[in-house]
Amino acid sequence: MNDLTRLSAHEMTALLRSGEVSSQALTEAHLAVAERQNRALNAWLAIYRADALAQATAADERIAEARHEGAAALNALHPLCGVPIGLKDLVSVKGGQATAGSKILQGYIAPFDSTVTARLRQAGAVILGKTNMDEFAMGSSCEHSAYGPTANPWDLTRVPGGSSGGSAAAVAAYHVPVSIGTDTGGSIRQPASLCGIVGLKPTYGRVSRYGIVAFASSLDQIGPFARDARDAAILLHAISGRDARDATSAPVEVPDELLKLPTSDDEAAGYLRGRRIALPREYFVEGMEPGVAARVREAVAAMEQAGAKVEEVSLPHTEYGLATYYIIAPAECSSNLARFDGVKYGLSDRTSGEYIADYLRTRGAGFGPEVKRRIMLGTYALSAGYYDAYYLKAQKVRTLIKADFDAVWAAGFDAICAPTSPTVAFPMGAKMADPVAMYLSDACTLPVNMAGLPGVSIPAGLSDGLPVGLQIIGAPWSELSMLRLARAYEGITARAPWRDLEPAELQLTDDPTTPSPIERKERLNAGASATGSGKA
Amino acid sequence: MANLSRADVEHVAHLARLGLTEEELARLEGQLNHILDQYTILTTLDTEHIPPTAQTIELANILREDVVQPSLTADEALANAPERSGGHLVVPAILGGGEGGA
Repeated sequence: MNDLTRLSAHEMTALLRSGEVSSQALTEAHLAVAERQNRALNAWLAIYRADALAQATAADERIAEARHEGAAALNALHPLCGVPIGLKDLVSVKGGQATAGSKILQGYIAPFDSTVTARLRQAGAVILGKTNMDEFAMGSSCEHSAYGPTANPWDLTRVPGGSSGGSAAAVAAYHVPVSIGTDTGGSIRQPASLCGIVGLKPTYGRVSRYGIVAFASSLDQIGPFARDARDAAILLHAISGRDARDATSAPVEVPDELLKLPTSDDEAAGYLRGRRIALPREYFVEGMEPGVAARVREAVAAMEQAGAKVEEVSLPHTEYGLATYYIIAPAECSSNLARFDGVKYGLSDRTSGEYIADYLRTRGAGFGPEVKRRIMLGTYALSAGYYDAYYLKAQKVRTLIKADFDAVWAAGFDAICAPTSPTVAFPMGAKMADPVAMYLSDACTLPVNMAGLPGVSIPAGLSDGLPVGLQIIGAPWSELSMLRLARAYEGITARAPWRDLEPAELQLTDDPTTPSPIERKERLNAGASATGSGKA
Repeated sequence: MANLSRADVEHVAHLARLGLTEEELARLEGQLNHILDQYTILTTLDTEHIPPTAQTIELANILREDVVQPSLTADEALANAPERSGGHLVVPAILGGGEGGA
């Protein structure tokens, strides 16, 4: 085996079961790359070497035992048994940190496993560590992490997207084949797009939120990152399903067909024949980079050529999405983040001895600028005299946005195709001074959260040498057919030249002269050139 | 145009229990007004007869069996507490003295 880190999860499954490779060897190979490159990428906030190797040993034992029992026992194992995985640092892993990218949770040790963690353990996945993120998942660049930004493996001077930037960069740089992120307004799909990988936000209620640090509870969903549709489907299968500990998790069946997406490209491509795909005209407007729009239109044209029926549709309330989202999400965050009071856990400043003053100091010191901004917005939108004008109004517009999508499903479409992000990965610092410019990064993804729908971003080629994501949006609970479409698109583009292109920055070392992303960003800001075009 | 004043920003910060520096208050005054300006687009929509949406999947009253389940021990639950006394969290005094009394 040349390089174990280049394998997909489903390739690992086959090699693990046949005994050609051990989880020990896989885990060691991935740990080595993650450790070597983390200085330059800052994708990981914690790497659990000893614990990961212990989990790998346990997985190897499970596989050996099953092999001894026979084929049926082997097939009963989850495909993720023995496969390394990374978790965004807001997923609770008992005994480990869960900073949510914030200083206010520095030193906090999770006393229990999240349901997602428990299900991954049950499947036998090997947790390699915790990945970097925008603080409390608020951001689109990973620059709002209290622990420094993550770099994009395609160009170290650019952002990986966010908020799940660490999980996306780790998969793109071959530190792990799959990882877990969360998506409240695009935080899985947008970084997947910017890093050239697959990222899926499930239907609201598909995955339990128990044990995940909450941002906006009516919008948050947990989902997979992977380098192909099959791996995304396998990971989604492992984490989905009703959980008594999350009352909003839905009693909806998780299809086992997620584990059986076609291996053959031709067979996969056949799924496109007769599918009806909607192309929303409002998603191709101002602010969209021409290269991004071109790649998405080419992708849709390729699907059409393979037998899909493509029709332009209108989602007329799209232009109200940004304002609606930036009322609802901050309102929910201001309530959720009220729990950080310096009493039960987390940072606590008790120097004044007066409770309001201590509360102000604790939260003033613990939260970063974007989190403060959103708490302020949410508190204002919910405050007396403004509730009707802002929060109630936004909830009503949310009804209209959802109705736009409902009309598309009622008209018999199988999926909506759109850009994931209006731009390719942008230079670090480019949008930090203007919050609204940053918010616009999620203009094409946040309506999907407000409607509770599933969406997946898949690689669709490059623009200016950087990855472009195609977003496939489905009706509620249609993840399987969305992933079949994604797999079909992989099938029809399997021989496209861009499929062979890789992130440019994979030869990173832990040499102390290698700048970290924060050092690189400081140099970039200090330098006269603000174009950010050069490679580091 | 939104016209959140500096006093408004300070009031909201107090409601949100955020201790902000002079510099942060000044920056937020500009940024919040800029963001609130983006919200004005919503006033162009007539939503008088539109019901609000708070949740997108229609689930109602999922009940569970009322049975005892294992939970965290007191020690586990208190392990992250900044200050504890025996099996209890130490909380700041909120009654008596000071403006903090409810």
